[in-house]
Amino acid sequence: MHILVCVKQTPKSDNVKIDPATGCLIRSGSESAINPFDEYALEEAVTLKEQEGGRVSVITMGPPQAQQVLRDSIARGADEVYQLGDRALAGSDTWSTSYALAKGIEKINGLSPVDLIICGKQTNDSDTGHIGPQISAWLNLPNAAFVKKVIRVSKKSIVVERLTEDGSEVLELPFPCVLSVVKEINKPRVRSVKGRLAAKKATIVTWNADDIQADKTMLGIANCPTKVVKSFTPKHENTATIVEGNNGKEKGTKLVALLKENHFI
Amino acid sequence: MAKADYKNVWVLAEVQRGKLSPTAYELLTAGRKLADELHEKLCAVLLGFEVESFAQDLIERGADCVYICDDVHLEHYIDDVYAKVLNSLVKTYKPNKFLIPATNRGRALSAKTAVFIGTGLTADATDVQIHQEDGQLYATRPTFGGNLMATITCAKTRPEMCSLRPMSYERAVPQPGRKGEIIRFPFDATQHTSLAKFIEFIKNKGNDLDLSEAKVIVAGGRGIGKKEGFQLLAQLAERLGGTVAASRPPVDNGWIDYRYQIGLTGRTVKPKLYIACGISGQIQHMAGMSGADVVVAINKDPNAPIMKTAHYAVEGDLYEVIPAMLESL
Repeated sequence: MHILVCVKQTPKSDNVKIDPATGCLIRSGSESAINPFDEYALEEAVTLKEQEGGRVSVITMGPPQAQQVLRDSIARGADEVYQLGDRALAGSDTWSTSYALAKGIEKINGLSPVDLIICGKQTNDSDTGHIGPQISAWLNLPNAAFVKKVIRVSKKSIVVERLTEDGSEVLELPFPCVLSVVKEINKPRVRSVKGRLAAKKATIVTWNADDIQADKTMLGIANCPTKVVKSFTPKHENTATIVEGNNGKEKGTKLVALLKENHFI
Repeated sequence: MAKADYKNVWVLAEVQRGKLSPTAYELLTAGRKLADELHEKLCAVLLGFEVESFAQDLIERGADCVYICDDVHLEHYIDDVYAKVLNSLVKTYKPNKFLIPATNRGRALSAKTAVFIGTGLTADATDVQIHQEDGQLYATRPTFGGNLMATITCAKTRPEMCSLRPMSYERAVPQPGRKGEIIRFPFDATQHTSLAKFIEFIKNKGNDLDLSEAKVIVAGGRGIGKKEGFQLLAQLAERLGGTVAASRPPVDNGWIDYRYQIGLTGRTVKPKLYIACGISGQIQHMAGMSGADVVVAINKDPNAPIMKTAHYAVEGDLYEVIPAMLESL
Protein backbone atom coordinates (compact mmCIF):
# COMPACT_ATOMS: atom_id res chain seq x y z
CA MET A 1 0.00 0.00 0.00
CA HIS A 2 1.30 3.43 -0.94
CA ILE A 3 0.14 6.03 1.59
CA LEU A 4 0.71 9.72 1.08
CA VAL A 5 0.59 12.21 3.95
CA CYS A 6 0.26 15.99 3.57
CA VAL A 7 2.10 18.00 6.20
CA LYS A 8 2.68 21.66 6.87
CA GLN A 9 5.35 23.57 8.74
CA THR A 10 3.59 25.89 11.17
CA PRO A 11 4.53 27.99 14.20
CA LYS A 12 4.58 25.94 17.39
CA SER A 13 1.18 26.67 18.85
CA ASP A 14 2.47 27.63 22.28
CA ASN A 15 4.81 30.21 20.86
CA VAL A 16 2.39 32.27 18.83
CA LYS A 17 2.59 35.85 20.09
CA ILE A 18 1.01 38.92 18.61
CA ASP A 19 2.64 42.32 18.67
CA PRO A 20 -0.05 44.37 20.44
CA ALA A 21 0.96 47.54 18.61
CA THR A 22 0.99 46.22 15.05
CA GLY A 23 -1.31 43.22 15.35
CA CYS A 24 1.34 41.21 13.52
CA LEU A 25 2.66 37.80 14.41
CA ILE A 26 5.99 37.65 16.14
CA ARG A 27 7.79 34.54 14.97
CA SER A 28 11.32 33.38 14.55
CA GLY A 29 12.49 30.46 12.43
CA SER A 30 13.31 28.17 15.32
CA GLU A 31 9.72 28.19 16.55
CA SER A 32 8.36 26.24 13.58
CA ALA A 33 7.51 22.56 13.59
CA ILE A 34 5.27 20.03 11.93
CA ASN A 35 1.62 21.08 12.36
CA PRO A 36 0.53 19.14 15.48
CA PHE A 37 -2.57 17.72 13.72
CA ASP A 38 -0.33 16.29 10.97
CA GLU A 39 1.52 14.16 13.53
CA TYR A 40 -1.61 12.02 13.84
CA ALA A 41 -1.91 11.72 10.06
CA LEU A 42 1.68 10.58 9.78
CA GLU A 43 1.40 8.18 12.71
CA GLU A 44 -1.70 6.57 11.19
CA ALA A 45 0.09 6.16 7.86
CA VAL A 46 3.14 4.55 9.48
CA THR A 47 0.91 2.23 11.56
CA LEU A 48 -0.99 1.15 8.43
CA LYS A 49 2.31 0.57 6.62
CA GLU A 50 3.50 -1.67 9.45
CA GLN A 51 0.24 -3.63 9.38
CA GLU A 52 -0.38 -3.89 5.67
CA GLY A 53 3.05 -3.45 4.15
CA GLY A 54 3.95 -0.75 1.65
CA ARG A 55 5.43 2.68 2.10
CA VAL A 56 4.69 6.20 3.18
CA SER A 57 5.39 9.31 1.14
CA VAL A 58 5.09 12.81 2.58
CA ILE A 59 4.45 16.02 0.69
CA THR A 60 4.65 19.60 1.92
CA MET A 61 4.30 22.96 0.26
CA GLY A 62 6.47 25.73 1.58
CA PRO A 63 9.75 27.65 1.52
CA PRO A 64 13.18 25.94 1.84
CA GLN A 65 12.99 25.89 5.65
CA ALA A 66 9.90 23.67 5.35
CA GLN A 67 12.31 20.84 4.50
CA GLN A 68 12.79 20.55 8.25
CA VAL A 69 9.32 18.98 8.61
CA LEU A 70 10.12 16.55 5.81
CA ARG A 71 13.23 15.37 7.64
CA ASP A 72 11.16 15.14 10.80
CA SER A 73 8.63 13.02 8.88
CA ILE A 74 11.41 10.60 7.89
CA ALA A 75 12.40 10.39 11.57
CA ARG A 76 8.80 9.47 12.35
CA GLY A 77 8.76 6.65 9.82
CA ALA A 78 8.13 8.10 6.34
CA ASP A 79 10.04 6.62 3.38
CA GLU A 80 10.03 9.33 0.74
CA VAL A 81 9.52 13.07 0.98
CA TYR A 82 8.54 15.75 -1.52
CA GLN A 83 8.60 19.52 -1.26
CA LEU A 84 6.64 21.88 -3.47
CA GLY A 85 8.69 25.05 -3.42
CA ASP A 86 8.13 27.98 -5.75
CA ARG A 87 7.73 31.69 -5.22
CA ALA A 88 4.61 31.44 -7.37
CA LEU A 89 2.98 29.46 -4.53
CA ALA A 90 3.55 32.07 -1.83
CA GLY A 91 0.46 33.49 -0.17
CA SER A 92 -1.87 30.84 -1.63
CA ASP A 93 -5.22 30.37 0.09
CA THR A 94 -6.67 26.90 0.70
CA TRP A 95 -8.15 26.71 -2.82
CA SER A 96 -4.76 27.33 -4.47
CA THR A 97 -2.82 25.30 -1.90
CA SER A 98 -5.06 22.26 -2.35
CA TYR A 99 -4.75 22.63 -6.12
CA ALA A 100 -0.93 22.66 -5.96
CA LEU A 101 -0.87 19.69 -3.57
CA ALA A 102 -3.26 17.79 -5.84
CA LYS A 103 -0.94 18.45 -8.80
CA GLY A 104 2.03 17.25 -6.74
CA ILE A 105 0.11 14.14 -5.69
CA GLU A 106 -0.78 13.44 -9.34
CA LYS A 107 2.91 13.50 -10.16
CA ILE A 108 3.78 11.17 -7.27
CA ASN A 109 0.90 8.94 -8.35
CA GLY A 110 2.48 8.77 -11.81
CA LEU A 111 5.71 7.49 -10.27
CA SER A 112 3.94 4.97 -8.05
CA PRO A 113 0.15 4.76 -7.68
CA VAL A 114 -1.14 6.24 -4.40
CA ASP A 115 -3.80 4.24 -2.52
CA LEU A 116 -4.51 6.48 0.41
CA ILE A 117 -4.00 10.17 1.17
CA ILE A 118 -4.08 11.27 4.81
CA CYS A 119 -4.21 14.85 6.12
CA GLY A 120 -4.46 16.26 9.63
CA LYS A 121 -7.83 17.66 10.65
CA GLN A 122 -6.63 21.25 10.22
CA THR A 123 -3.52 23.35 10.80
CA ASN A 124 -2.85 25.21 14.01
CA ASP A 125 -2.12 28.46 12.17
CA SER A 126 -5.18 28.74 9.93
CA ASP A 127 -7.62 26.23 11.45
CA THR A 128 -9.58 25.81 8.21
CA GLY A 129 -9.72 22.02 7.75
CA HIS A 130 -10.18 22.65 4.02
CA ILE A 131 -7.14 20.93 2.55
CA GLY A 132 -8.18 17.25 2.85
CA PRO A 133 -11.66 17.66 1.36
CA GLN A 134 -10.36 20.08 -1.28
CA ILE A 135 -7.58 17.75 -2.44
CA SER A 136 -10.23 15.06 -2.81
CA ALA A 137 -12.31 17.44 -4.94
CA TRP A 138 -9.42 18.28 -7.29
CA LEU A 139 -8.55 14.58 -7.66
CA ASN A 140 -12.21 13.54 -7.78
CA LEU A 141 -11.73 11.00 -5.01
CA PRO A 142 -14.06 9.96 -2.19
CA ASN A 143 -13.13 11.42 1.19
CA ALA A 144 -14.01 11.47 4.86
CA ALA A 145 -13.10 14.15 7.37
CA PHE A 146 -12.92 14.06 11.20
CA VAL A 147 -11.83 10.41 11.04
CA LYS A 148 -11.28 9.10 14.59
CA LYS A 149 -10.68 5.42 13.89
CA VAL A 150 -9.66 3.01 11.17
CA ILE A 151 -11.87 -0.05 11.70
CA ARG A 152 -10.48 -2.33 9.01
CA VAL A 153 -8.47 -2.32 5.82
CA SER A 154 -8.81 -4.68 2.88
CA LYS A 155 -7.01 -4.81 -0.45
CA LYS A 156 -9.61 -2.60 -2.06
CA SER A 157 -11.07 -0.40 0.65
CA ILE A 158 -10.84 1.10 4.12
CA VAL A 159 -13.58 1.27 6.75
CA VAL A 160 -13.38 4.29 9.05
CA GLU A 161 -15.32 5.95 11.81
CA ARG A 162 -15.76 9.71 11.64
CA LEU A 163 -16.72 12.04 14.46
CA THR A 164 -20.05 13.85 14.35
CA GLU A 165 -21.59 16.19 16.92
CA ASP A 166 -23.89 13.40 18.13
CA GLY A 167 -21.70 10.32 17.81
CA SER A 168 -19.87 8.81 14.89
CA GLU A 169 -20.53 7.46 11.41
CA VAL A 170 -18.96 4.38 9.86
CA LEU A 171 -18.07 4.65 6.17
CA GLU A 172 -16.40 2.40 3.66
CA LEU A 173 -14.19 4.13 1.09
CA PRO A 174 -12.56 2.32 -1.82
CA PHE A 175 -8.92 3.11 -2.62
CA PRO A 176 -7.76 5.61 -3.65
CA CYS A 177 -9.39 7.96 -1.16
CA VAL A 178 -8.62 10.89 1.13
CA LEU A 179 -8.95 10.96 4.94
CA SER A 180 -8.58 13.87 7.36
CA VAL A 181 -7.89 12.55 10.84
CA VAL A 182 -8.47 13.91 14.36
CA LYS A 183 -6.18 13.49 17.35
CA GLU A 184 -8.33 10.74 18.89
CA ILE A 185 -7.14 8.35 16.18
CA ASN A 186 -3.78 7.44 17.75
CA LYS A 187 -0.91 8.43 19.98
CA PRO A 188 2.10 9.53 17.92
CA ARG A 189 5.24 7.63 18.87
CA VAL A 190 8.58 9.17 19.71
CA ARG A 191 11.16 9.35 16.94
CA SER A 192 13.50 6.37 16.89
CA VAL A 193 17.29 6.63 16.78
CA LYS A 194 17.22 4.82 13.45
CA GLY A 195 14.67 7.31 12.19
CA ARG A 196 16.75 10.28 13.29
CA LEU A 197 19.73 8.92 11.42
CA ALA A 198 17.65 8.28 8.32
CA ALA A 199 16.32 11.84 8.55
CA LYS A 200 19.83 13.27 8.32
CA LYS A 201 20.62 11.26 5.21
CA ALA A 202 17.25 11.60 3.49
CA THR A 203 16.98 12.92 -0.04
CA ILE A 204 14.33 15.56 -0.45
CA VAL A 205 12.72 15.82 -3.87
CA THR A 206 11.88 19.45 -4.63
CA TRP A 207 9.50 20.46 -7.39
CA ASN A 208 8.48 23.86 -8.69
CA ALA A 209 5.15 24.80 -10.30
CA ASP A 210 6.35 23.73 -13.76
CA ASP A 211 7.54 20.35 -12.47
CA ILE A 212 4.02 19.51 -11.30
CA GLN A 213 2.43 21.07 -14.41
CA ALA A 214 0.42 23.49 -12.31
CA ASP A 215 -1.44 26.35 -13.99
CA LYS A 216 0.34 29.39 -12.56
CA THR A 217 -2.75 31.56 -12.98
CA MET A 218 -4.29 29.49 -10.17
CA LEU A 219 -1.44 29.93 -7.70
CA GLY A 220 -0.24 32.42 -5.15
CA ILE A 221 -1.48 35.53 -3.45
CA ALA A 222 -2.25 37.33 -6.71
CA ASN A 223 -4.42 34.58 -8.15
CA CYS A 224 -6.13 32.76 -5.29
CA PRO A 225 -9.83 33.60 -4.81
CA THR A 226 -9.74 34.79 -1.20
CA LYS A 227 -7.73 37.60 0.38
CA VAL A 228 -7.15 38.72 3.92
CA VAL A 229 -8.15 42.38 3.84
CA LYS A 230 -7.73 43.12 7.54
CA SER A 231 -6.31 41.48 10.64
CA PHE A 232 -6.57 42.62 14.21
CA THR A 233 -6.23 41.32 17.75
CA PRO A 234 -9.48 40.66 19.56
CA LYS A 235 -10.16 43.18 22.32
CA HIS A 236 -11.21 42.18 25.79
CA GLU A 237 -12.68 44.74 28.11
CA ASN A 238 -12.22 44.51 31.83
CA THR A 239 -15.81 44.47 33.00
CA ALA A 240 -15.77 41.93 35.79
CA THR A 241 -17.58 42.52 39.05
CA ILE A 242 -15.20 41.41 41.79
CA VAL A 243 -16.95 39.22 44.34
CA GLU A 244 -15.68 40.43 47.71
CA GLY A 245 -15.13 38.45 50.90
CA ASN A 246 -12.55 37.57 53.52
CA ASN A 247 -12.13 33.99 52.37
CA GLY A 248 -13.34 31.47 49.79
CA LYS A 249 -16.29 30.46 51.92
CA GLU A 250 -17.57 34.01 52.23
CA LYS A 251 -17.05 34.65 48.54
CA GLY A 252 -18.93 31.49 47.58
CA THR A 253 -21.92 32.54 49.69
CA LYS A 254 -21.77 36.06 48.29
CA LEU A 255 -21.61 34.76 44.73
CA VAL A 256 -24.76 32.69 45.15
CA ALA A 257 -26.53 35.71 46.64
CA LEU A 258 -25.48 37.87 43.67
CA LEU A 259 -26.58 35.29 41.12
CA LYS A 260 -29.94 34.87 42.84
CA GLU A 261 -30.44 38.63 43.20
CA ASN A 262 -29.96 39.04 39.44
CA HIS A 263 -32.12 36.00 38.64
CA PHE A 264 -29.29 34.15 36.95
CA ILE A 265 -30.11 31.08 39.05
CA MET B 1 -18.10 34.82 -15.46
CA ALA B 2 -20.35 37.80 -15.01
CA LYS B 3 -20.62 38.52 -11.31
CA ALA B 4 -23.85 40.51 -11.80
CA ASP B 5 -25.63 37.30 -12.85
CA TYR B 6 -25.23 35.96 -9.32
CA LYS B 7 -28.07 36.99 -7.02
CA ASN B 8 -29.45 36.11 -3.60
CA VAL B 9 -28.07 34.91 -0.32
CA TRP B 10 -28.18 31.18 0.33
CA VAL B 11 -27.90 29.33 3.61
CA LEU B 12 -27.54 25.59 4.00
CA ALA B 13 -30.11 24.15 6.41
CA GLU B 14 -28.40 21.09 7.84
CA VAL B 15 -30.49 18.03 8.63
CA GLN B 16 -28.87 15.35 10.74
CA ARG B 17 -30.65 12.07 11.48
CA GLY B 18 -34.06 13.44 10.59
CA LYS B 19 -33.69 16.60 12.66
CA LEU B 20 -33.19 20.13 11.41
CA SER B 21 -30.03 21.52 13.02
CA PRO B 22 -30.54 24.77 14.99
CA THR B 23 -27.58 26.15 13.00
CA ALA B 24 -30.15 26.63 10.21
CA TYR B 25 -31.91 29.26 12.31
CA GLU B 26 -28.59 30.98 13.11
CA LEU B 27 -27.68 31.12 9.43
CA LEU B 28 -31.14 32.53 8.63
CA THR B 29 -30.47 35.39 11.08
CA ALA B 30 -27.08 36.11 9.52
CA GLY B 31 -28.36 35.64 5.97
CA ARG B 32 -31.50 37.75 6.45
CA LYS B 33 -29.39 40.78 7.35
CA LEU B 34 -27.11 40.28 4.34
CA ALA B 35 -30.05 39.79 1.96
CA ASP B 36 -31.84 42.90 3.23
CA GLU B 37 -28.74 45.03 2.80
CA LEU B 38 -28.29 43.74 -0.74
CA HIS B 39 -32.04 43.97 -1.52
CA GLU B 40 -31.86 40.35 -2.57
CA LYS B 41 -33.73 37.22 -1.56
CA LEU B 42 -32.73 34.89 1.27
CA CYS B 43 -32.90 31.25 0.21
CA ALA B 44 -32.46 28.12 2.30
CA VAL B 45 -31.10 24.90 0.81
CA LEU B 46 -32.50 21.69 2.23
CA LEU B 47 -30.85 18.38 1.31
CA GLY B 48 -31.83 14.98 2.67
CA PHE B 49 -34.50 12.33 2.65
CA GLU B 50 -38.05 13.22 3.68
CA VAL B 51 -37.02 16.75 4.61
CA GLU B 52 -39.76 18.72 2.89
CA SER B 53 -41.63 19.19 6.16
CA PHE B 54 -38.89 21.58 7.36
CA ALA B 55 -39.44 24.04 4.52
CA GLN B 56 -42.32 25.98 6.07
CA ASP B 57 -40.35 26.43 9.32
CA LEU B 58 -37.43 27.88 7.34
CA ILE B 59 -39.79 30.25 5.52
CA GLU B 60 -41.39 31.38 8.78
CA ARG B 61 -37.92 32.10 10.15
CA GLY B 62 -36.90 34.32 7.27
CA ALA B 63 -36.31 32.35 4.06
CA ASP B 64 -38.01 33.81 0.98
CA CYS B 65 -37.37 30.65 -0.93
CA VAL B 66 -36.37 27.06 -0.11
CA TYR B 67 -34.56 24.79 -2.56
CA ILE B 68 -35.27 21.18 -1.73
CA CYS B 69 -33.42 18.17 -3.00
CA ASP B 70 -35.11 15.18 -1.40
CA ASP B 71 -33.94 11.70 -2.22
CA VAL B 72 -33.16 8.42 -0.48
CA HIS B 73 -29.53 8.79 -1.67
CA LEU B 74 -29.29 11.84 0.60
CA GLU B 75 -30.50 10.07 3.74
CA HIS B 76 -26.94 9.81 5.04
CA TYR B 77 -24.20 12.34 4.59
CA ILE B 78 -21.64 11.37 1.96
CA ASP B 79 -19.27 14.21 1.08
CA ASP B 80 -19.22 13.63 -2.68
CA VAL B 81 -22.96 13.24 -3.08
CA TYR B 82 -23.82 16.36 -1.10
CA ALA B 83 -21.06 18.45 -2.68
CA LYS B 84 -22.13 17.43 -6.17
CA VAL B 85 -25.78 18.31 -5.50
CA LEU B 86 -24.75 21.71 -4.09
CA ASN B 87 -22.54 22.30 -7.12
CA SER B 88 -25.45 21.51 -9.48
CA LEU B 89 -27.75 23.82 -7.52
CA VAL B 90 -25.22 26.68 -7.58
CA LYS B 91 -24.53 26.24 -11.30
CA THR B 92 -28.28 26.27 -12.01
CA TYR B 93 -29.48 29.11 -9.78
CA LYS B 94 -26.31 31.23 -9.33
CA PRO B 95 -26.40 32.58 -5.78
CA ASN B 96 -24.36 35.63 -4.78
CA LYS B 97 -23.40 34.54 -1.23
CA PHE B 98 -23.56 31.06 0.27
CA LEU B 99 -23.34 30.40 4.01
CA ILE B 100 -22.82 26.89 5.38
CA PRO B 101 -22.73 25.98 9.09
CA ALA B 102 -19.19 25.29 10.37
CA THR B 103 -20.24 21.99 11.92
CA ASN B 104 -18.02 18.94 11.33
CA ARG B 105 -20.08 18.09 8.27
CA GLY B 106 -20.36 21.67 7.06
CA ARG B 107 -16.61 22.30 7.35
CA ALA B 108 -15.83 19.37 5.07
CA LEU B 109 -18.78 19.89 2.73
CA SER B 110 -18.13 23.59 2.16
CA ALA B 111 -14.48 22.88 1.30
CA LYS B 112 -15.23 20.21 -1.27
CA THR B 113 -18.12 22.18 -2.76
CA ALA B 114 -16.00 25.34 -3.16
CA VAL B 115 -13.50 23.47 -5.34
CA PHE B 116 -16.27 21.87 -7.44
CA ILE B 117 -17.81 25.30 -7.96
CA GLY B 118 -14.47 27.05 -8.42
CA THR B 119 -14.84 29.75 -5.82
CA GLY B 120 -13.30 31.07 -2.61
CA LEU B 121 -14.31 29.94 0.87
CA THR B 122 -13.73 31.48 4.28
CA ALA B 123 -13.65 28.94 7.12
CA ASP B 124 -15.38 29.19 10.46
CA ALA B 125 -16.31 32.88 10.41
CA THR B 126 -17.89 34.42 13.49
CA ASP B 127 -19.13 37.58 11.78
CA VAL B 128 -20.33 38.33 8.24
CA GLN B 129 -21.01 41.79 6.81
CA ILE B 130 -21.83 43.30 3.44
CA HIS B 131 -19.38 46.02 2.50
CA GLN B 132 -21.30 49.23 1.93
CA GLU B 133 -19.44 50.25 -1.21
CA ASP B 134 -18.62 47.09 -3.12
CA GLY B 135 -21.38 44.79 -1.85
CA GLN B 136 -18.81 42.09 -1.09
CA LEU B 137 -19.02 39.64 1.76
CA TYR B 138 -16.57 40.51 4.54
CA ALA B 139 -16.18 37.41 6.69
CA THR B 140 -14.25 37.73 9.95
CA ARG B 141 -12.76 34.67 11.60
CA PRO B 142 -10.42 33.81 14.44
CA THR B 143 -7.07 32.46 13.28
CA PHE B 144 -3.85 31.33 15.00
CA GLY B 145 -5.91 29.65 17.66
CA GLY B 146 -7.99 32.78 18.14
CA ASN B 147 -5.02 35.07 18.80
CA LEU B 148 -5.69 37.01 15.65
CA MET B 149 -8.89 37.95 13.84
CA ALA B 150 -8.80 38.08 10.05
CA THR B 151 -11.35 39.59 7.69
CA ILE B 152 -11.46 37.76 4.38
CA THR B 153 -13.04 38.60 1.04
CA CYS B 154 -13.49 36.85 -2.28
CA ALA B 155 -13.48 39.54 -4.94
CA LYS B 156 -13.52 37.76 -8.28
CA THR B 157 -15.58 34.60 -8.05
CA ARG B 158 -19.21 33.93 -7.10
CA PRO B 159 -20.77 32.81 -4.93
CA GLU B 160 -18.64 34.07 -2.07
CA MET B 161 -18.73 31.11 0.31
CA CYS B 162 -18.29 31.05 4.04
CA SER B 163 -18.74 28.52 6.82
CA LEU B 164 -20.19 30.18 9.89
CA ARG B 165 -19.29 29.02 13.38
CA PRO B 166 -22.28 27.63 15.29
CA MET B 167 -23.75 29.99 17.86
CA SER B 168 -22.23 33.09 16.33
CA TYR B 169 -25.72 34.39 15.62
CA GLU B 170 -29.04 34.21 17.48
CA ARG B 171 -31.62 31.77 16.21
CA ALA B 172 -34.23 33.39 13.96
CA VAL B 173 -37.70 33.34 15.53
CA PRO B 174 -40.70 32.22 13.50
CA GLN B 175 -43.25 34.66 12.10
CA PRO B 176 -46.29 32.39 11.76
CA GLY B 177 -47.95 32.51 8.37
CA ARG B 178 -44.94 34.01 6.57
CA LYS B 179 -45.04 33.00 2.90
CA GLY B 180 -42.27 31.82 0.63
CA GLU B 181 -41.53 29.85 -2.46
CA ILE B 182 -40.52 26.18 -2.60
CA ILE B 183 -38.39 24.97 -5.49
CA ARG B 184 -37.81 21.23 -5.84
CA PHE B 185 -34.52 20.25 -7.40
CA PRO B 186 -34.22 16.76 -8.87
CA PHE B 187 -31.58 14.37 -7.58
CA ASP B 188 -29.57 12.96 -10.47
CA ALA B 189 -28.36 9.45 -9.61
CA THR B 190 -26.05 9.41 -12.64
CA GLN B 191 -24.22 12.61 -11.66
CA HIS B 192 -24.52 12.93 -7.90
CA THR B 193 -22.47 9.85 -7.17
CA SER B 194 -19.84 8.65 -4.73
CA LEU B 195 -17.78 5.51 -4.36
CA ALA B 196 -18.01 5.87 -0.58
CA LYS B 197 -20.63 3.87 1.28
CA PHE B 198 -22.41 4.76 4.51
CA ILE B 199 -22.48 1.78 6.86
CA GLU B 200 -23.90 2.90 10.19
CA PHE B 201 -24.31 5.61 12.77
CA ILE B 202 -23.03 5.01 16.29
CA LYS B 203 -24.71 7.17 18.91
CA ASN B 204 -22.60 8.65 21.70
CA LYS B 205 -22.35 6.26 24.63
CA GLY B 206 -23.65 7.14 28.07
CA ASN B 207 -26.02 9.97 28.77
CA ASP B 208 -27.38 12.13 26.01
CA LEU B 209 -24.83 14.83 26.54
CA ASP B 210 -25.59 17.86 24.47
CA LEU B 211 -23.42 20.67 25.74
CA SER B 212 -24.75 23.01 23.10
CA GLU B 213 -28.25 22.84 24.63
CA ALA B 214 -27.15 23.17 28.27
CA LYS B 215 -28.52 26.20 30.14
CA VAL B 216 -25.91 26.03 32.91
CA ILE B 217 -22.36 24.80 32.50
CA VAL B 218 -19.83 24.32 35.30
CA ALA B 219 -16.45 23.94 33.61
CA GLY B 220 -13.13 22.92 35.08
CA GLY B 221 -9.63 23.78 33.93
CA ARG B 222 -6.06 23.02 34.87
CA GLY B 223 -6.70 24.53 38.31
CA ILE B 224 -8.97 21.61 39.23
CA GLY B 225 -5.73 19.75 39.81
CA LYS B 226 -7.15 16.22 39.86
CA LYS B 227 -9.71 13.96 38.26
CA GLU B 228 -11.81 13.79 41.44
CA GLY B 229 -12.33 17.56 41.28
CA PHE B 230 -14.94 17.04 38.61
CA GLN B 231 -17.15 15.28 41.16
CA LEU B 232 -17.43 18.53 43.09
CA LEU B 233 -18.16 20.41 39.86
CA ALA B 234 -20.79 17.82 38.96
CA GLN B 235 -22.52 18.40 42.31
CA LEU B 236 -22.72 22.10 41.62
CA ALA B 237 -23.86 21.50 38.06
CA GLU B 238 -26.56 19.13 39.21
CA ARG B 239 -27.84 21.59 41.81
CA LEU B 240 -28.06 24.30 39.15
CA GLY B 241 -29.72 22.00 36.60
CA GLY B 242 -26.70 22.01 34.32
CA THR B 243 -23.79 19.90 33.20
CA VAL B 244 -20.03 19.81 33.69
CA ALA B 245 -17.54 20.62 30.95
CA ALA B 246 -13.82 21.32 30.70
CA SER B 247 -11.12 23.33 29.02
CA ARG B 248 -8.39 21.46 27.20
CA PRO B 249 -5.82 20.65 29.94
CA PRO B 250 -8.11 18.33 31.98
CA VAL B 251 -8.96 16.46 28.77
CA ASP B 252 -5.30 16.15 27.85
CA ASN B 253 -4.57 14.94 31.39
CA GLY B 254 -7.22 12.26 31.05
CA TRP B 255 -9.37 13.65 33.89
CA ILE B 256 -12.45 13.92 31.67
CA ASP B 257 -13.59 12.71 28.26
CA TYR B 258 -12.91 14.75 25.11
CA ARG B 259 -16.62 15.23 24.39
CA TYR B 260 -16.78 17.58 27.40
CA GLN B 261 -14.13 19.87 25.96
CA ILE B 262 -15.10 23.44 25.20
CA GLY B 263 -13.06 25.70 22.99
CA LEU B 264 -11.48 25.96 19.61
CA THR B 265 -10.65 22.26 19.41
CA GLY B 266 -13.79 21.25 21.31
CA ARG B 267 -17.39 22.37 21.37
CA THR B 268 -18.94 25.83 21.18
CA VAL B 269 -21.57 26.56 23.83
CA LYS B 270 -23.94 29.36 24.64
CA PRO B 271 -25.46 28.70 28.07
CA LYS B 272 -27.27 31.23 30.25
CA LEU B 273 -24.70 30.70 33.00
CA TYR B 274 -21.10 29.54 32.62
CA ILE B 275 -19.06 28.94 35.75
CA ALA B 276 -15.37 28.61 34.91
CA CYS B 277 -13.45 26.93 37.73
CA GLY B 278 -9.65 27.00 37.63
CA ILE B 279 -9.73 28.03 33.97
CA SER B 280 -7.25 30.73 33.03
CA GLY B 281 -9.20 31.84 29.97
CA GLN B 282 -6.82 31.21 27.10
CA ILE B 283 -8.20 32.58 23.87
CA GLN B 284 -8.70 29.03 22.54
CA HIS B 285 -11.08 28.31 25.39
CA MET B 286 -12.83 31.66 25.20
CA ALA B 287 -13.58 30.94 21.53
CA GLY B 288 -15.92 28.18 22.68
CA MET B 289 -17.83 29.94 25.46
CA SER B 290 -17.75 33.68 24.88
CA GLY B 291 -21.39 33.55 23.81
CA ALA B 292 -22.54 32.68 27.35
CA ASP B 293 -25.00 35.18 28.84
CA VAL B 294 -23.28 35.31 32.24
CA VAL B 295 -19.75 34.11 33.00
CA VAL B 296 -18.48 33.49 36.51
CA ALA B 297 -14.76 32.89 37.01
CA ILE B 298 -13.40 31.21 40.11
CA ASN B 299 -9.62 31.32 40.14
CA LYS B 300 -6.75 31.61 42.61
CA ASP B 301 -4.95 33.94 40.21
CA PRO B 302 -6.56 37.40 40.07
CA ASN B 303 -4.51 38.14 36.93
CA ALA B 304 -5.83 35.20 34.91
CA PRO B 305 -7.31 36.57 31.67
CA ILE B 306 -10.76 35.16 32.43
CA MET B 307 -10.94 37.25 35.64
CA LYS B 308 -11.10 40.34 33.44
CA THR B 309 -13.60 39.16 30.85
CA ALA B 310 -15.98 37.37 33.22
CA HIS B 311 -19.07 39.09 34.61
CA TYR B 312 -18.26 37.92 38.13
CA ALA B 313 -14.71 37.24 39.26
CA VAL B 314 -14.12 35.25 42.42
CA GLU B 315 -10.50 35.20 43.56
CA GLY B 316 -10.12 32.09 45.63
CA ASP B 317 -9.68 28.36 45.96
CA LEU B 318 -12.48 26.56 44.14
CA TYR B 319 -12.34 23.82 46.79
CA GLU B 320 -13.45 26.46 49.35
CA VAL B 321 -15.74 28.51 47.11
CA ILE B 322 -17.81 25.69 45.59
CA PRO B 323 -18.66 23.91 48.88
CA ALA B 324 -19.80 27.29 50.23
CA MET B 325 -21.94 27.75 47.12
CA LEU B 326 -23.47 24.31 47.58
CA GLU B 327 -24.32 25.16 51.18
CA SER B 328 -26.15 28.34 50.31
CA LEU B 329 -28.03 26.99 47.31
